[in-house]
Amino acid sequence: MPLQISKSKAFIAPLAALALGLAACGQQTTTTPGTGTSPAAEQGPSANISGAGASFPAPLYQRWFTEYNRNVNPGVQVSYQSVGSGAGLEQYINGTVDFGASDAPIQGDRLEAFRQKYNAEPIQVPTVAGAVVLAYNLPEIEGQELRLSREAYCGIVTGQVTQWNDPLIAQANPNINLPDRAITFARRADGSGTTFIFTNHIDTACPGWEAGVGTSVDWPTGVGAQGNEGVAAQIQQNEGTIGYIEYAYSKLNNIPAAALENASGEYVAPTPESAGAIFEGAEIPEDFALLVPDPKNPEAFPIAGLTWVLVYPTYDDPEKWKALQNVLEWSLTEGRPIAEELGYVPLPESVVERVQQVLAERVKAG
Amino acid sequence: MSSLAEHSPRKGQSLEKQVDTVRVFDQSFYWLAVIGAIGIGGVLLWIAVQIGLSALPAIQSYGVDFLTTTTWDPVRNIYGVLPQIYGTLISAAIALVIAIPVGIGVAVFLSENFLPNAVRTPIALAIELIAAVPSVVIGLWGIYVLIPFLRPFYNFLYENFGWIPLFSTPPRGNSLLTLGLVLSVMILPTIIAISRGSLIALPRDLRQGALALGATRWETILRVLIPAAFSGIVGSIMLALGRAMGETMVAAMLVGNSNQITPSLLAPGATIASLIASQFGEAGREQVAALLYAGLILMILTLIVNILAEIIIQKFQNVE
Repeated sequence: MPLQISKSKAFIAPLAALALGLAACGQQTTTTPGTGTSPAAEQGPSANISGAGASFPAPLYQRWFTEYNRNVNPGVQVSYQSVGSGAGLEQYINGTVDFGASDAPIQGDRLEAFRQKYNAEPIQVPTVAGAVVLAYNLPEIEGQELRLSREAYCGIVTGQVTQWNDPLIAQANPNINLPDRAITFARRADGSGTTFIFTNHIDTACPGWEAGVGTSVDWPTGVGAQGNEGVAAQIQQNEGTIGYIEYAYSKLNNIPAAALENASGEYVAPTPESAGAIFEGAEIPEDFALLVPDPKNPEAFPIAGLTWVLVYPTYDDPEKWKALQNVLEWSLTEGRPIAEELGYVPLPESVVERVQQVLAERVKAG
Repeated sequence: MSSLAEHSPRKGQSLEKQVDTVRVFDQSFYWLAVIGAIGIGGVLLWIAVQIGLSALPAIQSYGVDFLTTTTWDPVRNIYGVLPQIYGTLISAAIALVIAIPVGIGVAVFLSENFLPNAVRTPIALAIELIAAVPSVVIGLWGIYVLIPFLRPFYNFLYENFGWIPLFSTPPRGNSLLTLGLVLSVMILPTIIAISRGSLIALPRDLRQGALALGATRWETILRVLIPAAFSGIVGSIMLALGRAMGETMVAAMLVGNSNQITPSLLAPGATIASLIASQFGEAGREQVAALLYAGLILMILTLIVNILAEIIIQKFQNVE
């Protein structure tokens, strides 16, 4: 998204460019004239692949694709534009990219548009999961764990709980001396997959929530900021602010995140393990469009979601598809440590196997 | 022309040829200029028509209600931009209230001989450089520097003047007032540079005549120089207003993007440009149409403001 300034992206982009440049140099020196295509054949097909879509997994995708280019196959260059899920789906439907990416499953008039244009079902596969946390800035309770009951965080989001020493918050935190300070709720102003995951939970968990589920909704309260980094800045700059951001951002910026009460009544702090527990025991449907708005697992952190990559049912260029398939499979298997390092939750092995099967069976090339 | 004069006495034929060349040159320049002038108008028309066409579904389904309702709900596809229109006008008004007196004051100061030229020129250059700072940088400066700096002042306003509706909400940093203040900094270079230019371009006789008639320096500036340069000054203000109303990145970063209308300047609000910038990337199809409709309205708002300015200038010049 060109309008969004992302510190992480701004940081990764030059790195990626540098890596691509280095890789290109390396390739030129190894592929001397006369040796022909044998090195490329060993490494698999080479191709330039372009993708566009969701900004939520963008830092991870950019890392994956750079690492793949650098360490596995220098012949494959994947460029990913994080233009947002909506714009990514539009480009996918219009056929201007090789794959699309979205934080919400394709549905509604976009699904219809795709079916009409291609006379086939779109193929969407999950790539990674991520937790969305409620991060806060309250200097009075620094170093202590803040617990928020369902009523408390629902009240904050709907604008009914406006003071930090509200009884609804105090009840769950008997050992903390909460200050008499106004609560400011910080949220995303731009449309975002993070918002989709967050509102998907709030809509299920909070009886008083009327704004529905979406990448941007009609918020009853709060201050809107641009991007995860904007909300993180909003929280850090203003004492008494609480807001939702990706787990990775709260970790990177050292912003404390509240332990939330899940559907089983347990208070769970956000960790990769507690976010991964969401998908345990969940039945994943045929089209992978799994949403877990309110996990029943007592060990699960309540707010997390999947993000998807969309590929076409047919590709004209078999080389390109083979390259894309290799990249995706590598990312889902070898790329797991990178996902963990960046604060995302890798998919369970069983799901990865199903994804590989779908990619191998349903996509036709040539 | 000098080459024409040189050649003419020697060959009559050459003279005709030369005249022909000059005429062809004149003609082609004329048509080039015409195409350029029409082309610029054409681009504007093209943009307006394209936006209008893309916005058509939204215009048909929301009509005039779009301008008078306050809900922006992408989930249910209910759209109205009254809070954004309000925010756009209020933040631009705050910016102008600050920037006009300061800007004209500085322009007069820099066009008179209060300071030696060696000091004046670098100051003028520095002011014009403000216009070259990217708006994202100004936005970051607003978030990380200006808002923390202003917080005590906002708290003071709220605690002591909270009974005035303008300051009746607890300050949250991101607000219409913050946006207005930052916009005023961003539009100052425009006002100063153009106003100063038109003040400097005034004939010297005006000033000397006024002084000769016994006017004080104050009277010369207020009664003679500023009225004489009025159309240039108003022009600069209109350009500045256009920038303030259309500013996107700074608005999206500082206004707070809250879909509400409150009399309090300390409360977060929204502008049309910030709304479009924020929501375009993830927008669904109906929402895109609604956003383009909002863009069309921003264009019309700017057009109305410009027509008003034109009328003001005309009226004033008639009086003169």
